[in-house]
Amino acid sequence: MATSASAQLSKVVKRQYMELPQGDNVQAMYIWIDGTGEGLRCKTRTLDSEPKSIEDLPEWNFDGSSTYQSEGSNSDMYLIPSAIFRDPFRKDPNKLVLCEVVKYNRKPAETNHRHKCKKIMEMVDHQSPWFGMEQEYTILGTDGHPFGWPSNGFPGPQGPYYCGVGADKAYGRDIVEAHYRACLYAGVMICGTNAEVMPAQWEFQIGPCEGINMGDHLWVARFILHRVCEDFGVVASFDPKPIPGNWNGAGCHTNFSTKEMREDGGLKCIEECIDKLGKRHNYHIRAYDPKGGLDNARRLTGHHETSNIHEFSAGVANRGASIRIPRTVGQEKKGYFEDRRPSANCDPYAVTEALIRTCLLDEEGEEPVDY
Amino acid sequence: MATSTSSKLCKAVKQQYMDLPQGDKVQAMYIWIDGTGEGLRCKTRTLDSEPKTIEDLPEWNFDGSSTYQSEGSNSDMYLIPQAMFRDPFRKDPNKLVLCEVLKYNHKPAETNLRQMCKKIMDMVLNQHPWFGMEQEYTVLGTDGHPFGWPSNGFPGPQGPYYCGVGADKAYGRDVVEAHYRACLYAGVKICGTNAEVMPAQWEFQIGPCEGIEMGDHLWMARFLLHRVCEDFGVVASFDPKPIPGNWNGAGCHTNFSTKEMREDGGLKYIEESIERLAKRHQYHIRAYDPKGGLDNARRLTGHHETSNINEFSAGVANRGASIRIPRSVGQEKKGYFEDRRPSANCDPYAVTEALVRTCLLNEEGEELVKYK
Repeated sequence: MATSASAQLSKVVKRQYMELPQGDNVQAMYIWIDGTGEGLRCKTRTLDSEPKSIEDLPEWNFDGSSTYQSEGSNSDMYLIPSAIFRDPFRKDPNKLVLCEVVKYNRKPAETNHRHKCKKIMEMVDHQSPWFGMEQEYTILGTDGHPFGWPSNGFPGPQGPYYCGVGADKAYGRDIVEAHYRACLYAGVMICGTNAEVMPAQWEFQIGPCEGINMGDHLWVARFILHRVCEDFGVVASFDPKPIPGNWNGAGCHTNFSTKEMREDGGLKCIEECIDKLGKRHNYHIRAYDPKGGLDNARRLTGHHETSNIHEFSAGVANRGASIRIPRTVGQEKKGYFEDRRPSANCDPYAVTEALIRTCLLDEEGEEPVDY
Repeated sequence: MATSTSSKLCKAVKQQYMDLPQGDKVQAMYIWIDGTGEGLRCKTRTLDSEPKTIEDLPEWNFDGSSTYQSEGSNSDMYLIPQAMFRDPFRKDPNKLVLCEVLKYNHKPAETNLRQMCKKIMDMVLNQHPWFGMEQEYTVLGTDGHPFGWPSNGFPGPQGPYYCGVGADKAYGRDVVEAHYRACLYAGVKICGTNAEVMPAQWEFQIGPCEGIEMGDHLWMARFLLHRVCEDFGVVASFDPKPIPGNWNGAGCHTNFSTKEMREDGGLKYIEESIERLAKRHQYHIRAYDPKGGLDNARRLTGHHETSNINEFSAGVANRGASIRIPRSVGQEKKGYFEDRRPSANCDPYAVTEALVRTCLLNEEGEELVKYK
């Protein structure tokens, strides 16, 4: 059976309980990134009243030895609330709270890239850096096979599925629809969705977000996707190459602009950034997936609308390049550019930070600068 | 299993999510015809407020190399909103937006037949050309076999199924019922439905639509059908001859009239149009399916209530003719006529344009006239 045992539990029974009034008590679900740098964890606490801002949310802690983050002998880690959203599962007044993880000595945990990213974003606040990230993902059944694919087999070759409609083209649209609404409700800046080239692969776009918001909104959008899939009894995978061979991989194309780029004549600034990026390809590749480039090596082959991982390239309307300048931007001579290298399982804090360091702080060479 | 895995996902769970309020945000699903000239594609964007007219909808673009429309090295293509409908899947205030596709150089894409159709329709506005198209289709299981047919087999021969009722006669009525309501909600001009001669084959009619509206409403009705079938886990096929042999094909009979034809004595204009059509049979056959006549060659055999693809014929109440004049029109000496040649997978823009060119613009011969 492709869907989980949990998904078979009676939703009518659940609804009866979820409709019970909760008085003044509010449930706040704290969410954080675990030691893998890809996985999300969550736990809930009751608050006596509805938190109106992040300052109303207390710090918390958890057992890091159970999340690949610390040793059992010294396992407490701290959760520092960073961003608050409405909860589309428990609904108002309950909240989802994205947190930073801090070690026992108050230093950021190894996979807490938000801390450094926020510092970098504050340095370039006046340039109004905007981001839009296109998150691709694959829906899997609980057997690990892509959802809707024949068991022990493959669907017809790619071609009809991208933006497709029909039971023979679109696999799992319910998940996409539910996720979209959940994000809108939660206050996540979801700006679009489409079916992708491989069947059971989909994409949603988050943005435009300024600075640190990009990472916050994308991580919460991912959390919501996992929860929605859990409710349906299927699994969302951000693996960059879930099926080897002649099947598309999954990326997280990142669109970027500054105030200068968006104004008249901004194309010059875009081209300057691309020059800088051209000189720092390996540094970015290391920042663009959680394994320093190893995950992306399976995806960035130069085929299936990717660039080759070893070469940097850029071009207008060119989907085989590392950086694509949209045609409209080439024509209007201002706008934004698209970095097509980040992997679907990238950390958006690491990606956005790398773009700022190279393009706006003019860093060069293999290592990030310590400010 | 005849229905898809997706359709087995829990709809109660989905409903809970679809019930979530969305504030002021509006989802606009942009829809376009892909490089095959038959397939439809769609993607969605969030808008900050409800669009009231087509002018409120921004232009967009997409990756044409993934839809058989361009190369990867130069793949951006433009989506230009043309017709807006209410979204029966996501409901108000969300919208479905039918778009024209332009290439990178802003010329119409190869399968964007709407642009030329609109030009032609604009030339004959004062004649008020009305159309009604009868879209036939077959419901298939995900195994590609007609829905409800025994696997690896066939139902009893045709006869009891046309407009039939009963589980042994009507296969998949839920799809038809759902589609009808979805069209009505969306604002698509659906004027009727019936079960067809082959079991699992159905028909809906769109019209009367004036000018460019015919193509817009029929394409949107087709999109709604594909989405409804997807929800049920089955597939809608517009193949003109899905099962070879003694099983009906699927057409898109096109009814046509002008203000003159609808007024007293209009039969004269109907007969004149039919004479012009008779002289241009090949040109129309080429326009009436996406493969220049090759698809229709499997359907228009002269049997199963079709005319033979190589011959033009016309007659009152004659379903074996290329053109049928309904009996009531023959009696009242005014009304409309029915061109029975278009294939189920025809492009309605191409069909309606051809009828206007031949009947109202008096074109002759094999080639298209280029107007300014």
